[in-house]
Amino acid sequence: MAGISGAETKAKRIGWGLLNTVAVIYALVPVLWIVSLSFKSSATLTDGNFIPREWSFDNYRNIFATTEFIRALVNSIGIAVIATAIAVVFGTMAAYAIARLDFPGKRLLVGISLLIAMFPQISLVSPLFDIERALGLFDTWPGLILPYITFALPLAIYTLSAFFREIPWELEKAAKMDGATPAQAFQKVIAPLAAPGVFTTAILVFIFCWNDFLFAITLTSTEASRTVPAALSFFTGSSQFEDPAGSIAAAAVVITIPIILFVLFFQRRIVAGLTSGAVKG
Amino acid sequence: MTRTTEPPATPAKQVAASPRKAALSEGKKAERKLGLLLCAPAALIMVAVTGWPIIYSFWLSLQRYDLKFPDDREFIWFDNYVAVLSSPYWWNAMWVTVLLTVVSVAIELVLGMALALLMHRTLVGRGIVRTSSLIPYGLVTVVAAFSWRFAWTPGTGYLVALMEEGSAPLTEKVPSLLIITLAEVWKTTPFMALLLMAGLALVPDDLLKAAAMDGAGGWQRFLKITVPIMKPAILVALLFRTLDAFRVFDNIYVLTSGSNGTSSVSVIAANNLIRGLNLGIGSTMSVLIFIAVAIIAFVFIKVFGTAAPGSDEGGRR
Repeated sequence: MAGISGAETKAKRIGWGLLNTVAVIYALVPVLWIVSLSFKSSATLTDGNFIPREWSFDNYRNIFATTEFIRALVNSIGIAVIATAIAVVFGTMAAYAIARLDFPGKRLLVGISLLIAMFPQISLVSPLFDIERALGLFDTWPGLILPYITFALPLAIYTLSAFFREIPWELEKAAKMDGATPAQAFQKVIAPLAAPGVFTTAILVFIFCWNDFLFAITLTSTEASRTVPAALSFFTGSSQFEDPAGSIAAAAVVITIPIILFVLFFQRRIVAGLTSGAVKG
Repeated sequence: MTRTTEPPATPAKQVAASPRKAALSEGKKAERKLGLLLCAPAALIMVAVTGWPIIYSFWLSLQRYDLKFPDDREFIWFDNYVAVLSSPYWWNAMWVTVLLTVVSVAIELVLGMALALLMHRTLVGRGIVRTSSLIPYGLVTVVAAFSWRFAWTPGTGYLVALMEEGSAPLTEKVPSLLIITLAEVWKTTPFMALLLMAGLALVPDDLLKAAAMDGAGGWQRFLKITVPIMKPAILVALLFRTLDAFRVFDNIYVLTSGSNGTSSVSVIAANNLIRGLNLGIGSTMSVLIFIAVAIIAFVFIKVFGTAAPGSDEGGRR
């Protein structure tokens, strides 16, 4: 908070620049390390060097040669996309109702969302394991999609209702005066205006589903529905004497790519979404 | 949440109210119906996937129910609770969890505040700092955890190479806990910083300038003006981070899988299910963790007066 008044001196600028550099390095080092590890050849994998001495694509070739990783990647993408789509649709409907309509039970819904945002996921693991086995949902896509939707909904509802408050509602009223029903006003006027908020929410929800490990490791048992975070811990090297570190690192980099792209292209939106919702995914 | 939306609606209601009462109540009815319809799917899923299992979990916790011996299933009242609460492993896991939560949230608060001030204050390179600090937030926790694990594994790691020859920090309790704390702090500090930055934006510059004119130093301005104004934001950030830290699972599972007494309550409960296949004991732990989390939330909201996000008076900045 130094230097609230007065111009920035050169020394201060350099000071801030240094601090910025420290912050950037702090954030990036673990990512660069796993990237570096993924490009190491099997001979240099255990040399402990931060930068590879010998660059190679072998680890990537290896993981894409196995069905194990490809299957897990398909599961990850499919489950996260479906869960995100459903959570965003239901979340949008609920957030619109909360932001705009007057109806009994509104507070209750907000309260439930808050409770679930704070809910310890581990508490559901044992009962869900038993219930899903009985219903035949264990180790299937829906078996993971359902809990993901549940825990994504509070995030979606909070973020979206914050966005919905920023929308110029006079337009809706104008539409209603022109004879539109509330449902039509929602569809034709508000939905297009709300699209950016919905999109931001979709990114946050996707990151949440993509990230999950607890449900993925407890509610799956085979390749049929195991997502990449869970599959990573089952990786073995291409032979039993080989360290799986290279394959794990390569797979880890692959699932990091979408996150890096989101962050690079939608940085502003993500920040706005996170701070308006004030609920972590 | 409701308050901001009410005012524009009132004039329309008053206008409509006087001439035709029947029409209004019809419109009102349609609005209620639409509201309920729009909320129904979200509410149903949330309740079905959390409400019912937690009740079922309590029911399971009163039974001897081990999937390895399914024939021995029997109703045993609170014996599982006695077994868990008298287990040294459970208490060790509980203390590890509490310690990790308190230490990592405290460090995150300090570092997060520093990062928030940094992002708030600097003009040059602000975008780069913000972008790169979002990476730990977005990165899959398991990926980050593997990165730390390989960094500290003898032979593979660059960080372990800096330590004494022959040390393997992830095979000892205290070094493991330190590394777990590091991994947690790294991952969640940016999120804390973003929440705090939103709070910082509320502190009026004029007030800080006036205080500076009156001779208040930088530290004094921070403690006497910035922190009190930011208090609601700080409390909300602390509430969510504490509850989240208490659930710590991914990092421990990947870094040590809970060996050498490094299990958190979540790890011990999950291991009980995955490796032990003991649903009775697992459910008992589930219920106990649920109660612990409820107590934490209660303390924050009632004792510290944290405004629950979404309630009318707070959480909204």
